[in-house]
Amino acid sequence: MNLAAQDIRHNLGRFALTAVGIGLLLMIVLGMSGIYRGMIDDALVVVDHIGADSWVVQRGTRGPFAEISRLPANLEHRLRAVPGVASARSFVSHNVQREHRGKPLRMNVHGLAWPEDKGEWVNLIAGRPLSQAHYEMIADTSLGLELGEKLVFAGDTYTVGGVTKGMVSSGGDGIAFFTVRDAQAIQFDLSGEATRLERAARVQRAVGQDIGRAQPLLLERGAGLSSGLPALGPPMVSAITVRLAEGADSGAVAKTVAAWPDVSVHTRDGQVQLLVHGMIDKARRQLGLFRILLVIISTIIMALILYTLTLDKIHDIAMLKLMGARNSMIAGLILQQALLLGALGFGIAWCLGAWVFPKFPRRVLVAPEDLWGLAVVVVIISVLSSLLGIWKAMRVAPNKVLA
Amino acid sequence: MNTTSAIEVFNLTKVYGCGNTEVVAMKDVNLRVAKGEVIALLGPSGAGKSTLLTAMGLINPPTAGRIVIGGVPVLDGPQPLVNLRAFRRHHLGFVFQKANLIPFLNAVQNVQVALEINDVPTRHARHRARELLDYLGVADRAENLPDALSGGQQQRVAVARALANEPALILADEPTAALDSHRGRQVMELFRKVAHERGAGVIVVTHDQRALNAFDRTFEMEDGQLST
Ligand SMILES: Nc1ncnc2c1ncn2[C@@H]1O[C@H](COP(=O)(O)OP(=O)(O)OP(=O)(O)O)[C@@H](O)[C@H]1O
Ligand SMILES: [Mg+2]
Repeated sequence: MNLAAQDIRHNLGRFALTAVGIGLLLMIVLGMSGIYRGMIDDALVVVDHIGADSWVVQRGTRGPFAEISRLPANLEHRLRAVPGVASARSFVSHNVQREHRGKPLRMNVHGLAWPEDKGEWVNLIAGRPLSQAHYEMIADTSLGLELGEKLVFAGDTYTVGGVTKGMVSSGGDGIAFFTVRDAQAIQFDLSGEATRLERAARVQRAVGQDIGRAQPLLLERGAGLSSGLPALGPPMVSAITVRLAEGADSGAVAKTVAAWPDVSVHTRDGQVQLLVHGMIDKARRQLGLFRILLVIISTIIMALILYTLTLDKIHDIAMLKLMGARNSMIAGLILQQALLLGALGFGIAWCLGAWVFPKFPRRVLVAPEDLWGLAVVVVIISVLSSLLGIWKAMRVAPNKVLA
Repeated sequence: MNTTSAIEVFNLTKVYGCGNTEVVAMKDVNLRVAKGEVIALLGPSGAGKSTLLTAMGLINPPTAGRIVIGGVPVLDGPQPLVNLRAFRRHHLGFVFQKANLIPFLNAVQNVQVALEINDVPTRHARHRARELLDYLGVADRAENLPDALSGGQQQRVAVARALANEPALILADEPTAALDSHRGRQVMELFRKVAHERGAGVIVVTHDQRALNAFDRTFEMEDGQLST
């Protein structure tokens, strides 16, 4: 006969409620590690899929995922000339938040190097890759856009030609793919008045400078299109992704490019490391601390409930001692209840998590090792939480029966 | 245990508290109960009857004196000479005024647990527990929790539990106080039966003057002193 089970049957309501409470707490503990794993997974989506061997970025910066990096678009051509480079593509990525259908639409605008890159790699679930140089987009399902839907950005109308799944930025926003030109047009969209003001200001700046006086032609050009003035900068790209030719020596290519004074080079793994250790690291530590707190809270709640369950039985425990029950039997009674409570909580956490996590706005990824880890933690907190009750039970004298 | 004594106590003394709160509850008590003998312990409230009984039950060690149960010296003053809990498990049975049943176990389980404490296998323990309940006339309430039993039924389950391990010594503190006279007499007859059939010593603290003819001997306790 199992005393622990009999006692639980007698206190079923209280026990079940505690198990649900512990289960919810453990579910959050599980969810927190899931959120972290989801963040890593999300952050690495682009790096994993884009198929770049190395990332060329603004000198001294850590690349587009870590901070702002600005490069002239024509760097692409310079890189193609390096021996061993098979392809070099502009990488343009930025977030925009616009109003669409009366609701805020937040998305990560990602430029594809049309025509070499039409977005064949983006994990399409509907539609097709980009089919023309302008006014088409591929949207992630998380943006809630439908195939054929039309959106207006920077005065131009774009049509959703393809839908992807699971393509989100490290910030969790769904990615929308455009050609690089379109992406830049969206990024550097200025109103007509702003453009006029900028041109006037540009001329004024040039007038006040030596260069403006030495080259009067510049003043004429300054009032015109930006593209006519390379010195004052066309729209820039965030990075250039480089793919190496078959059998090329990546070290040699990196050495060549790194010798240029205006850029830095990162390998693919380097970018992954920067992502994981840079931007996600704080989130990881934040979630880690929350998990530790929740585990401590779970332990205290369990200890408290086991202690009160033990206090309720103190007279019965005294009676068992009077009848000569061994300490191991009495401690076993409490320990078994603790383990059962922990196991039930773990089961509830698991089932509830499997049901709830997919409904979360950001990806929650529960890995098997997280489940095993949690199981070990549950065993430990069950044992710890039973100690208070066991200590109380060990101290009760058999003649307490007469009290 | 090859002796004719169920229990012998020598010069048992118990002092509660110390300093000016000191209470001498029992003083130089000597007592011998033979196997198969049923004795009564009488006396006014506060005389020290429970103190003597719990000392003999090894749950309230005396300040001084010796206790020998079934020929085995078990206590020398407050000093245990054997593992007291193991000794209780094997050789002692207790009944109190209150049944003290375990509320989350039903009647059979309450008896069964006493057997399982003594390492009787579950199936056997269950079978034996049912037999005992049958013997005490509460077999029909075997599956009920204590809450669902009357006071008398609870007390009979408690008696069954005390008898479960065939103890050499049964200690009962006012076991019939909560019962009507008929049920009370039944419990007393049961004690006699167990004593005579199994050679157990039975010591009963009682206030019930009418039931005295059920005892082989009676002792009076007054101010911690024992007299016949
Ligand atoms: N734990 C204790 N601490 C201090 N004094 C105690 C304790 N237990 C009993 N006493 C005292 O010892 C004396 C004997 O008490 P005991 O309980 O043995 O009497 P009793 O004969 O069983 O009385 P009753 O018939 O009322 O049960 C009393 O004066 C009581 O106050
Ligand atoms: Mg008493």
